[in-house]
Amino acid sequence: MAAYFHSVTLEKEKCMGCTNCIKRCPTEAIRVREGKAKIIDERCIDCGECIRVCHNHAKRALTDPLEIIKAYPYPVALPAPTLYSQFSHKFKVDQIIQGLLNLGFFRVWEVARGAEIATQVLVKYLENHALPKPVISAACPAVLRLIQVRYPELLEHVIPIESPMEISARLAKKELEEEGYPVEQVGVFFISPCAAKVTSVKNPLGVKKSQVDGVIAISDIYGPLLAQLASTASVSIQPRASGAGIGWAVTGGESRLLPFTQTLSVDGIANVVRVLDDIAMGKLKEVDFIEGLACMGGCVGGPLTIENSYLSKTRIQNLSKKYGMSYLEVAPEFAFSEFFWTEKIEPCSVLVLDEDLALAMQKLETLDEIHKALPGLDCGSCGAPTCRALAEDIVRGLAVEIDCIFKLREKVTDLAERMVELSSKLPPSIGKPR
Amino acid sequence: MMDDNKQFKPLKLYFTVEQGDFIRAGEASSKIKKVLSQLGFPGSLIRRVAIAAYEAEMNIVIHSWGGELEAEIGPEHVTIVARDRGPGISDIALAMEEGYSTAPDKVREMGFGAGMGLPNIQNCATEFIIESGEGRGTVLRILIAVKE
Repeated sequence: MAAYFHSVTLEKEKCMGCTNCIKRCPTEAIRVREGKAKIIDERCIDCGECIRVCHNHAKRALTDPLEIIKAYPYPVALPAPTLYSQFSHKFKVDQIIQGLLNLGFFRVWEVARGAEIATQVLVKYLENHALPKPVISAACPAVLRLIQVRYPELLEHVIPIESPMEISARLAKKELEEEGYPVEQVGVFFISPCAAKVTSVKNPLGVKKSQVDGVIAISDIYGPLLAQLASTASVSIQPRASGAGIGWAVTGGESRLLPFTQTLSVDGIANVVRVLDDIAMGKLKEVDFIEGLACMGGCVGGPLTIENSYLSKTRIQNLSKKYGMSYLEVAPEFAFSEFFWTEKIEPCSVLVLDEDLALAMQKLETLDEIHKALPGLDCGSCGAPTCRALAEDIVRGLAVEIDCIFKLREKVTDLAERMVELSSKLPPSIGKPR
Repeated sequence: MMDDNKQFKPLKLYFTVEQGDFIRAGEASSKIKKVLSQLGFPGSLIRRVAIAAYEAEMNIVIHSWGGELEAEIGPEHVTIVARDRGPGISDIALAMEEGYSTAPDKVREMGFGAGMGLPNIQNCATEFIIESGEGRGTVLRILIAVKE
């Protein structure tokens, strides 16, 4: 397998080696080593929780700088609907689109349009295919990775269709190609609220190669775009997305477009974990559809956003009302045969202790013994998030018992007592034999 | 049945399950599931064991006077034994019917007791034996083979 690429990375010099991020990580993917946080690539799902929780801003997402668009004669912006929620309501969607054009984009292709098509493809797919219930949306790339590494047995619940971003990228390229532009000169750039989207472009799941050529963080484009907005007041561009597509930016925006009565919309990665745990135990069978989003509020709560996510949510809801819920975008016929995953998502369980079952069982027994002997405070001083995680690291050969400061203290006390005991012993030539 | 591979020392897990403890209900089966994931069993097995163990655990919580859950994990199959102290099932065939339930209203209001517990276990199990009778405890023996 190719080396893991991750969007979420550490800026070493800023890291103080505290335990905030290790405690917050939903896949226990971070350890503190030599005074710095270290991300375990196989486990990281790029949810961005550590970016949010780090006081020192030592965690960041690797994205492309705005200048990258100069590498292509015909750069196309794919703004996530969340972008519209980042600016005051006095700036209209057409102004934001014009602002992007002013920044050097040749065209703007709204991802909200891709979301409308994705919804139509999804509905049709579920009419023709019986997935085990509840079916799970593939919209959030962090949740998809979470399922791959922690709940591989639930992969068959996931609807195997391409994301609104991929659909938009394909249609944008197709559109320009049909207009006669050489496709290799067209660069398509997603304007992203989300770190995991960067990873899903570099290391896609479900498709062989992403059609997106770069990902620009909303937080990076925010300043330059804001500077453009003042001069766009008089423009008139007809936005092509409806309120239905724009609504995908918030929790429940996808579910409410579907013809189901029992849907769950869950946001916040810890809440998603709880729901996936329930599904794995065979619960929630009465639920038709589950939309799980890693960020609170949905994409508007993404780690690369600027605006307060509650305000963003209100703005998205207002835009949905304004533009109405009937699709402006009608899915082309080929969408229903082409916009599906071509690649099977292989389970990639990070939990397995050993490939060999007998060895794994031995390790598990040792793990339980070590865990019982640890203090159970989950203090994080050893660099692992919990005592259980330290015990796991020990049986995997990645840590030792005296990494625990309480265990170390016990050892020091034992040693000190033994030294006191030895110091009172005299050789028979000096004192009485005892 | 239930005779494990001789050369292989199976891993045994044991849990007590209290009557009416809805707060902790599901913890035992959740632990069993986690162990299977750490041992690298395929998803299809993990899912069947998790569901069967959960239903068996909930049965003890809802219907019995308390009991215990045991899991024995071997390379070919996992066995779950759920034992309770009573009151027993008077008509096993009826209890196996989908939708039949003796759960009290209070429990049904909580969303349990839909009469699918035993049929769900049956669906997941390779072999399933119920030993019970009125006035004595119930023992569920569930064998789930790795190969479906």
